[in-house]
Amino acid sequence: MNDMTPTREQRSAALEGMGCKRKRVEDIRFTQGKGNYVDDVKLPGMLHGDFVRSPHPHARVKKIDDSEALKVPGVLAVITAETLKTVNLAWMPTLAGDVQMVLADGKVLFQNQEVAFVVATDRYAADDGINKVVVEYEPLPPLVDPFKSMDKDAPVLREDLAGKTSGAHGPRKHHNHIFEWTVGDKDLTDAAFNKADVKIKEMISYHRTHPSPLETCQCVCSFDKIKGELTIYGTFQAPHVIRTVVSLIAKLPEQKIHVIAPDIGGGFGNKVGAYPGYICAAVASIVTGKPVKWVEDRIENLTATSFARDYHMTTEVAATKDGKVTGLRVHVLADHGAFDACADPSKWPAGFFNIVTGSYDFPTAHLAVDGVYTNKAPGGVAYRCSFRVTEAAYCIERAMDILAQKLNMDPAELRLKNFIKPEQFPYHSALGWEYDSGDYHTAMRKMMETTGYAALRKEQTEKRAAFARGETREIMGLGVSFFTEIVGAGPSKNCDILGIAMFDSCEIRMHPTGAGIARVGSKSQGQGHETTWAQIIATEIGIPADNIMVEEGNTDTAPYGLGTYGSRSTPVAGAAIAMAARKIKAKAQMIAAYKLEVHEDDLEFDIDGFRVKGLPEKFMSMKDICWAAYNSVPPGMEPGLEAVSYYDPPNMTYPFGAYLCVMDIDVDTGVYKVRRFYALDDCGTRINPMIIEGQVHGGLTEAFAIAMGQEIRYDEVGNVVTGSFMDFFMPTAVETPHWETDFTVTPSPHHPIGAKGVGESPNVGGVPAFSNAVNDAFSFLGSTHIQMPHDFWRNWKAAKALGAVA
Amino acid sequence: MIPGSFSYHRPASVADAVKLLSDLGEDARPLAGGHSLVPMMKLRLATPGHLIDLHGIAALKGISRSGNNLVIGAMTTQHELLASDDVAKAMPILHEAALQIADPQVRYRGTIGGNVANGDPGNDMPALMMTLGATYRLEGAGGARDVAAADFYQGAYFTALEPGEILTSLSIPVPAAGHGYAYEKLKRKVGDYATAAAAVVLTMSGGKVVTCSIGLTNVHETPLLAADAAKAVIGTSLDAATLKKAAAAAEAIMAPAADARGPVEYRKHVGGIMVTRALQRAASVAK
Ligand SMILES: Cc1cc2nc3c(=O)[nH]c(=O)nc-3n(C[C@H](O)[C@H](O)[C@H](O)COP(=O)(O)OP(=O)(O)OC[C@H]3O[C@@H](n4cnc5c(N)ncnc54)[C@H](O)[C@@H]3O)c2cc1C
Repeated sequence: MNDMTPTREQRSAALEGMGCKRKRVEDIRFTQGKGNYVDDVKLPGMLHGDFVRSPHPHARVKKIDDSEALKVPGVLAVITAETLKTVNLAWMPTLAGDVQMVLADGKVLFQNQEVAFVVATDRYAADDGINKVVVEYEPLPPLVDPFKSMDKDAPVLREDLAGKTSGAHGPRKHHNHIFEWTVGDKDLTDAAFNKADVKIKEMISYHRTHPSPLETCQCVCSFDKIKGELTIYGTFQAPHVIRTVVSLIAKLPEQKIHVIAPDIGGGFGNKVGAYPGYICAAVASIVTGKPVKWVEDRIENLTATSFARDYHMTTEVAATKDGKVTGLRVHVLADHGAFDACADPSKWPAGFFNIVTGSYDFPTAHLAVDGVYTNKAPGGVAYRCSFRVTEAAYCIERAMDILAQKLNMDPAELRLKNFIKPEQFPYHSALGWEYDSGDYHTAMRKMMETTGYAALRKEQTEKRAAFARGETREIMGLGVSFFTEIVGAGPSKNCDILGIAMFDSCEIRMHPTGAGIARVGSKSQGQGHETTWAQIIATEIGIPADNIMVEEGNTDTAPYGLGTYGSRSTPVAGAAIAMAARKIKAKAQMIAAYKLEVHEDDLEFDIDGFRVKGLPEKFMSMKDICWAAYNSVPPGMEPGLEAVSYYDPPNMTYPFGAYLCVMDIDVDTGVYKVRRFYALDDCGTRINPMIIEGQVHGGLTEAFAIAMGQEIRYDEVGNVVTGSFMDFFMPTAVETPHWETDFTVTPSPHHPIGAKGVGESPNVGGVPAFSNAVNDAFSFLGSTHIQMPHDFWRNWKAAKALGAVA
Repeated sequence: MIPGSFSYHRPASVADAVKLLSDLGEDARPLAGGHSLVPMMKLRLATPGHLIDLHGIAALKGISRSGNNLVIGAMTTQHELLASDDVAKAMPILHEAALQIADPQVRYRGTIGGNVANGDPGNDMPALMMTLGATYRLEGAGGARDVAAADFYQGAYFTALEPGEILTSLSIPVPAAGHGYAYEKLKRKVGDYATAAAAVVLTMSGGKVVTCSIGLTNVHETPLLAADAAKAVIGTSLDAATLKKAAAAAEAIMAPAADARGPVEYRKHVGGIMVTRALQRAASVAK
């Protein structure tokens, strides 16, 4: 070997495989404005559709007069529920087993509900048209407060469900009731509460908010009458599911539907479900024979396509007097708005909310969730979280702080005392999950040491004394959060969407020159799959990541996958990628053995090729094997080097983390300052540390927004009052705190590469950290729980209620 | 969020613009930076049939000194105010307040003329102009007239501007050397209008306030001059009791609307705090 021979480190680094802070390859086009988004799709003769929307939250639709609209130059058609009925599409199924009006059918049930779809030659004409459609309404009493939804005299919202005493998830108790879902052992839990030394009970609300991606929901539908084929370009987090749903509801053969999700400008759960815009654009294309584009504006996005959260969680914890938890009881009132349009796996009406025991060893627990209808927009989606996991994390993390306060214990101390211990994994939770791996104590202690937790507590004590003496008007809060997520939906034994198991898939094709293409069933909306998927393959088969092209989003070319949400891509698709790569590697080994004239078992994989054991100079690189795969395979072997893998995960993965927020609040104005925010994440094996850091920054920024003001708010008569970024809190770089990130690594034992998924952890763990900081700041003044969001005026209101301001 | 159709005009002189406005009547609107008007058009809350873009009129731009006044052309952008040495030296409060308006993108387009002519109580410049004792020059078919900022605002979006008139410039007296100043604005985020804001310009001598003027933003349907509050601090050293009195006097004239920034009580309360803080900071920089 001469001096030019690369070292093993150099060969390994050249791959830019797992663990490498590889720069995001997709950013080259994104940062130059060269991405290709749905609104960039322009087809010849394309028309534009836009909605007439209801100004009323609840009203009967008496009459829709489109005669003036049809006179507007450029307006070609006005589609109403009556039009849709002719093709049996006035209603559509939701992923949650409910049905939803595509266009108002006799009634409107929320403000800004879709009433008619105007199709025109350009967007301006379409908007001129919608202003000319005259709709006659007869207002009905609105139902806004979910706590009143099951009152005896509550207005009947869903007349279509009259007489239906059971829904997709069992019996209905009331005309506005959707489902009741219970988990856990009620008797055991009651017994634990009966003999508890200490109990707490609090109604903890997680307000309604919205994922609000930068790019709104949109599509272009193009129906080819001759071929009978429908092509849909759309902002879809799950393109294959959309294809299947369209096939089922439009009764089109699935092979004649082409769904293409191009670049997507953020999804965060907003782009999982099916919306009236997609159906209307498709029908409009079928009716007119022209491609039809529908692009939602910001107001429509915030007020009509899926909201998130709106969970009202009455939470009780039982404990011994020295702080060992003995029981958990939670009742959730879930406000779904007018239709249950949750995007959860079908059998899980409240998602995986039963992860609510969190990181703690609860011997017993009981959970009941009641879903109800109100006159609000339908949903709710998983806003950067695995289904309802962020609600669960918020619930238990607030409850632990409330318990600590009651016991006069430090909240970090209380958590350490109740954590599931490393030796208890795999751990079976009282509400039915099997946690794969974790080392919570190490993560918590690292957080406490790195942040100087004890010193911060001391400073807080001093500041409180200074406040009492009138020397400062600022109060200080420490928000501890220790979350356990459940991601990677999911095993076919318990997860499906409309009957389709939630596997994911990858197909890898290696080309003769040592390059390749990987097609995956997931769909990036900014997560950086083109970068990280290639890194997994690089490490697995020894081909540089730069030589692997990653493609997603086209249902004609990508293998069937369930898409990207719920942090499932790395746990499920990532596993499929590793498994497909291993199939490539196995065939490569056979080819190398043949070429090196040894038995397969005499070969070992060495970074970027196979080496004969004990004979280091006998080596064949993967690049050369790729070439050989196309011209000199062993006799009897098919040429080529391709593999497909469909991965049905044996279990979910359980990422966790320890967060700390240090906040100062001026009681006179309610203005807060986030002094420090520390986030330690354990997502198992780390594929690309830089991308992880970016994901954590983004998720924390969302968590900050949600906890501190981001809200979809309705007034008492059902008007939505937060319809733009002026009032819906979307922080800019100026408001966003500085983030300190850290990590531990506890690989998943069942995942091929040990990775767990991280994209959603910071949203899940961040919200309780912020809220706990605010609550901790006020606690010495006598409060136990202050509801989110903690915007300035509400902080002032809390201070005033506690007597801290005159 | 798609505007209705309109015709676009780009006159090259004030005379042409005024003529267009009077010929086209009520259906025509001047267009400056468009950062208040265009959002309203996108919501179809404003549906002008004609937009008279003032960008082609060179005479409407620029900052100059005229005697003891700073004269600012209506089409001067907020960014240009921030870039001006004259403004920073003679009228630092104008620099400070301009920096509180929205974000750089808005400030590159938004103009001082549009900001003061708009009549939105949320705009920051009107209360400041009242505090500084500015006058606006209005030109119409009947000629030019000067109106004091303090007399200009009549209600939300209602001003002394007559149909067919254009606001061509603002004339602002330069405050005395050594004056103290502060613009305190509470907002939820960059790009937000004030929950409440207070402008203070004062002079001090021997530790006591000699002159004082206080303006209030977004706590009433028009910008306000808090004359009683200002009177309360004259001759004092801004002791705690005086500050309290001034804040109370200011709060007494506030009548904000409840909105997502907070209920009425909160907005008045923080309005008082903005007055207190602006007074204290103004005093601390006065020489
Ligand atoms: C996101 C965002 C945040 C903002 N935040 C703030 C803020 O915090 N504080 C603040 O003060 N402003 C804020 N603004 C408004 C911004 O400063 C506007 O630019 C300003 O209010 C209007 O100036 P313009 O030049 O854009 O006027 P335009 O929008 O063009 O015009 C506004 C109105 O004034 C009329 N007009 C304009 N010029 C003249 C003239 N010379 N003579 C007669 N009439 C005229 C127009 O016909 C129109 O009715 C914000 C705007 C945005 C988009």
